[in-house]
Parts: sequence; structure tokens; C-alpha cells
Amino acid sequence: MRRFLPHPLLALFLLSAWLLLMESISPGAVVLGGVLAVGGSWTLASLASPRARLRRLTVLPGLLGDVLVEVMRSNYAVARIIVHPADGGVRRSGFIYIPLDMRAPYGLAALACILTATPGTVWVDYDSAEGTMLLHVLDLVDEAEWVHIVKERWERRLMEIFE
Amino acid sequence: MTHAAELPAWAALSVAVLLLLGAGLALVGAVGLLRLGSFYERVHAPTLATTLGIGCVLVASMLFFSLVQSRFILHEVLIAVLVVITTPVTLMLLTRAALYRDRIEGKAPVPPPPRSHR
Repeated sequence: MRRFLPHPLLALFLLSAWLLLMESISPGAVVLGGVLAVGGSWTLASLASPRARLRRLTVLPGLLGDVLVEVMRSNYAVARIIVHPADGGVRRSGFIYIPLDMRAPYGLAALACILTATPGTVWVDYDSAEGTMLLHVLDLVDEAEWVHIVKERWERRLMEIFE
Repeated sequence: MTHAAELPAWAALSVAVLLLLGAGLALVGAVGLLRLGSFYERVHAPTLATTLGIGCVLVASMLFFSLVQSRFILHEVLIAVLVVITTPVTLMLLTRAALYRDRIEGKAPVPPPPRSHR
């Protein structure tokens, strides 16, 4: 199985992307999409990228829901900062180092996607030797609070999924 | 857009509101790109357009074409997934390049590199 399909998750993603684009689940579309999916996962295998392993998918719906809420909340917060820059006195932006326990590469990638998808935070740098991530926050009120948010709200559940 | 007039009022209204909201967020993001102070602050502004901004436009598009063609149109989900996966790459590339230069030039107040790199 592994030799035939080295990256099953990627193959599944490619197949569903293809079916979405074709807007049909006719046998022809499924066969062509299947060929593309298997070919794509072979290509990725020849690039020697690490394999993704998903463990507990039960936390995924809750996580996605929280991400959606957080995206809306932080969109509003950042839009308010831009439209009314003087509101709430002096605003301070800055960098913080966040020590991460997660080492799974796809988990880290997912965390980067979440932090970038919530406006106001940008993943800047990651040091794999120490496992520290450098984050830039637009409205930095309390550094300890941000470390807590990243670790408790996102990292813990991503570790449950990816490690 | 020949069939747009056939849409029921509630659908036309929600499509219009979603489109305006998405366009408004993209505009606010562009204004932020002009207004905010430093490079690291400006990099936050366009993410308004790439998250909720594009999200609203995509939902409006799904709603509109699903109703006009009276079947589910789900292409837009793919656009959303690809945008979410690819924006961090661009942002990281830009901010890391800026950070690298600022550390070498020693101009802007940026954090020092982690210990293992020194």
C-alpha cells in the first residue's frame, strides 16, 4: 500500500480537488482524478517530504470552528485599528518568542496557516533546534497572554491531531 | 449575469451584502497598507483581504451561482483552501527577508537571532 500510494492524504486532497473542479463524480472524472492523485503523491514522494499522520480527527471540527470565530474576531479588531488608529490610546506592536512543544512538520505548517489566517499575527521565524517560533503581533498588550493563546488554543489540539 | 434579475430578493440582498463586506475588507486592508507605521505592521493589513475578505466574496459567489443554476456550486471551497495554504508562504518570505536585513543593518528594533544561530 505504501509503495503504491506513498501520500494517501495528498492523493485524497488531489482527487477531491479534481472532482470539485470537474463538478461531477462520473466514472471518467473519478478515473482521471485518481490517476492525477496517484501521480501527484508519487511526485511528492520523490521529493522525500515527510509523511503526514493524522491521529485524532475528533478534535478537528471544534478546532475549525474556533479558527472561523477567531478569523472574524481578529478581522474586526485589525479593521478597527486601521480605521480608527487613535482608539484605545497608544498601540504597541512587537515580536514575541513562543516556545513550542510540537515538532510534527505538518502540525507546524497548520499552526502557521492558522496564525496567518487570523489578521494581527504573523508567523515570522522558526528555529527547529530550540523549537521556538517568532511571532509578530500588531496589537501586543500582554506577551504572556499570547504565549498562552498560541499554546492552549492552537498548539495543544494540533498536537493531538498530528503527533 | 443575464439571470441575476430572477433571484429572490433575500438572496440578491445577501449576495450584495456579502460582496460589499468582502470588498470593504479588501479596501480597509489596502488603506492599512498605506497607513500603518513599520514594515512589520503593514504586513498585517493585506491579511484582511486574504481571510474574511476573500471568504465573503467566495460565499457570495457560491450562493449566487448555486441559486442561478439551481445546483450546489462548490468550486470556491478549493479557492479558499489554496489561499489559506499559500498566503503564509508569501508572508513568511517577506517578513523573514525584512528581518534578515534589519538584523544585519542593525537599524530597526528587531529581536536578536536565536542562540543556536549565533
